[in-house]
Amino acid sequence: MSDILLEARGIEVSYGGGRSLLGPLKPALRVLHGVDIVVKRGETIGIVGESGSGKTTLGRALLKLVPISSGSIRFDGRDISALSDEAMRPVRRRMQMIFQDPMASLNPRQSIRTILTAPLFLHGLASSRREADEQAAAILARVSLPETVLDRSAHELSGGQRQRIGIARAALLKPDFVLADEIVSGLDVSTQAMALTLLKDLSREMGLSVAFISHDLSVIRAVCDRVYVMRLGRIEEEGPSASLFEQPRSDYTKLLLDAIPLPDIDPGWLARGQDSTMKRGERA
Amino acid sequence: MADLSKTLNAILREPRAATSCCFLLLLVTLAIFAPALAPRDPLEQDLMLSALPPAWIDGAEPGFLLGTDDLGRDIFSRVIFGARIALIVAVAASFFAAAIGSALGLIAGWYGGWADRIISRLIDVWMAFPPVLLSVLLVAVLGSGLTSVIVAIAIIDWTRFARVVRAETQAQAGLDYVTSARAIGFPQGQILMREILPNVAPVIIALISLQMGISVIVEAILSFVGLSVSSDIATWGGMIASGRQLINESWWVLVFPLIALFLTVLAFNLLGAGLRRALDPVMRR
Amino acid sequence: MTKPVLSVEALSALSARNGTYVLSDVSLTLQPGEVRGLVGESGAGKSTIAKAVLGILPSTIRIAGGWIRFEGDDLLTARPSVLRNLLGRDITLIPQDPQTALNPARRIGAQLTDGLRLKLGMNAASARARAFQLMDEVQIRDPARVFDSFPHQLSGGMRQRILIAQAFAPNPKLVIADEPTTALDVTVQKEILRLVRRMQEAHGTAVIFVTHDLGVVAKICDSVTLLYSGHVIEQGATADLIERPRHAYTRALIAAGPRYDRPGQGLQPVPERVFADLRKEIGQRETADV
Repeated sequence: MSDILLEARGIEVSYGGGRSLLGPLKPALRVLHGVDIVVKRGETIGIVGESGSGKTTLGRALLKLVPISSGSIRFDGRDISALSDEAMRPVRRRMQMIFQDPMASLNPRQSIRTILTAPLFLHGLASSRREADEQAAAILARVSLPETVLDRSAHELSGGQRQRIGIARAALLKPDFVLADEIVSGLDVSTQAMALTLLKDLSREMGLSVAFISHDLSVIRAVCDRVYVMRLGRIEEEGPSASLFEQPRSDYTKLLLDAIPLPDIDPGWLARGQDSTMKRGERA
Repeated sequence: MADLSKTLNAILREPRAATSCCFLLLLVTLAIFAPALAPRDPLEQDLMLSALPPAWIDGAEPGFLLGTDDLGRDIFSRVIFGARIALIVAVAASFFAAAIGSALGLIAGWYGGWADRIISRLIDVWMAFPPVLLSVLLVAVLGSGLTSVIVAIAIIDWTRFARVVRAETQAQAGLDYVTSARAIGFPQGQILMREILPNVAPVIIALISLQMGISVIVEAILSFVGLSVSSDIATWGGMIASGRQLINESWWVLVFPLIALFLTVLAFNLLGAGLRRALDPVMRR
Repeated sequence: MTKPVLSVEALSALSARNGTYVLSDVSLTLQPGEVRGLVGESGAGKSTIAKAVLGILPSTIRIAGGWIRFEGDDLLTARPSVLRNLLGRDITLIPQDPQTALNPARRIGAQLTDGLRLKLGMNAASARARAFQLMDEVQIRDPARVFDSFPHQLSGGMRQRILIAQAFAPNPKLVIADEPTTALDVTVQKEILRLVRRMQEAHGTAVIFVTHDLGVVAKICDSVTLLYSGHVIEQGATADLIERPRHAYTRALIAAGPRYDRPGQGLQPVPERVFADLRKEIGQRETADV
């Protein structure tokens, strides 16, 4: 068994384009330009970048939620880039996703019970209501939510509770790989720490591989073993967390790190790095 | 069922929607039990009693609450029997229009591509026809009668549902809970029925209520031009048509069916707006 | 001691919906030229204070007591005509979302000169000249093009610059910045922070900077007011609060934020005990009020 779980090579994704019924050919907008990415078993990688870097598109391309125009994705040694919906289904159980906005990612018309148990039935992990309920209750206990939330719907929970449901739903199917897309950017610092710790503990217990997408380098540093820095649809720099954060090679990574306001008194911070950032601002 | 009672509660909390609901329930009761509740046979003519004014005006005869028309038929009884036709058309036509329109709207909105292009063009073409003219034409082709009226309205008004449901489906399909269902591996059809349809349903239900109001008006228009049911059945449109000629001598022949029509359509519209708010799980809080 | 620009005294506000306090006994004073951070998690009441000063509280919140004095005059009891004169001239706002704060159907130039003509009575030519001067101040390199652009033709950072120019245009005494960088990327955020600080220093303006980010506070604020659930938990000079926090909640908040330079530290969830103590403290304060 190779120690590589997920391997994507030369991923390109374009939006739009094609010919409308009447009217001229519209040029496609390419948002990823040949991205290579590798996730080892049990490893948490970080994908970081600013808006427009393509990090969210890359994540969704890895799960085949957006079509790729070129490149290949191998999951557990098998090429999944050409699989049909039908053939993807068993693979889908092993690749799960946690979303940025837990409100939007939980169906407002379903109870938490339905949201948690329906995937179990779909993938044949439960054969009776009782079995499914037991598994749902067990995972709720693991994310420290009372069993009573089963009969609630998403809008009756707080932001932090909803995000724990999001994490529980992903963990419930016992996947090998989880994509976490900006999962704490809408949360307060106190709730954010709780969600990150939970994800970290779960991935260790279950031996999960995680791809953690965020715009926040401090959050990435706290949970990731290895980091990809993205910019304008390309990988700008890649490396183990320790070296990337302590000795960044790319100027862009340095710029990003320097722009983060840490809660320290540092009177010189505001004036530093003026020239390089000014140029970027002017161009827009 | 807890959901149903919650919805009912929410509707009853809104005074306008609750009043509309009560009015429509009263109307339905009157329509169903028309033979028992109407004081007279709506078709019984008596030229000796023609053009009697309503009960509170000088020269009225006891027993004719809203007066009589030029043939001496009791207006109150005719309004009650007219509600039967109005409601049958409202319910049946709206149901069929909703079924056709929602199905096409869901397909176009969810699957996109060629299905969407064909359905969208069809809607555009359909909506370019003047609706009243189209309904008159359709009834002329299908022959008059209750069924033709219902079919004509459904064939014309499905576009209203298709357009709105398509847009709403597209909006829902862009939300993360749908992406989540795809990531879990649910088949496309299941996502459409299990995830999206329940979230589009409130819009459909509210539209059905509005469509019922519109159907009542279209039926009245068709009766008015004599293309609905045969003239020996009392309809509001038919009454308005005959009352129009008597407006100078006996205004009540025109006014009472008009009021019935107005109140019914208003009630459907208010109920539709109330339902929309009541059925939204997020807005309900 | 100079006369404060703004002093909020014992301000309380109630939610009209359920009668709970959204602000309770909030007091803070702001000296001319001071940058004050209002910081707290969601529901802390930081935006409510900003809205109360601007007189734009939603109808669901009503003031239950206290004063908001601007250069000594109470804004809460001021006549509408007096308020209209103050707002937009002496007190201005930098809004949160640069995407929606500009009218998409009107050109930047028109939106930038509106306030100058209305509030300062400038004619078209001098308002235009002043607009160009302002765009130069916020370092817009190509002012002629921007002046004739529509908002959607500019980047988010560029739009935020326009909003900052707009806020400082009438030489106000107080600018209220309501999370002006929350929607921006970090690199753009830094430029905007730098710009706010420079404009504020050049014009000698006092600024209320609403944010949820203690890091942002540390970088641009002279003083901080930390709120929780409508109560002032701790306030004082920024250096004191960040480096020598007195309250357990302040310490816990600082510890909860992860930081890229100290991987071992941070990410400690705020202990339940801290929240329990906070709720107890707040309960005691509220009953003491009555």
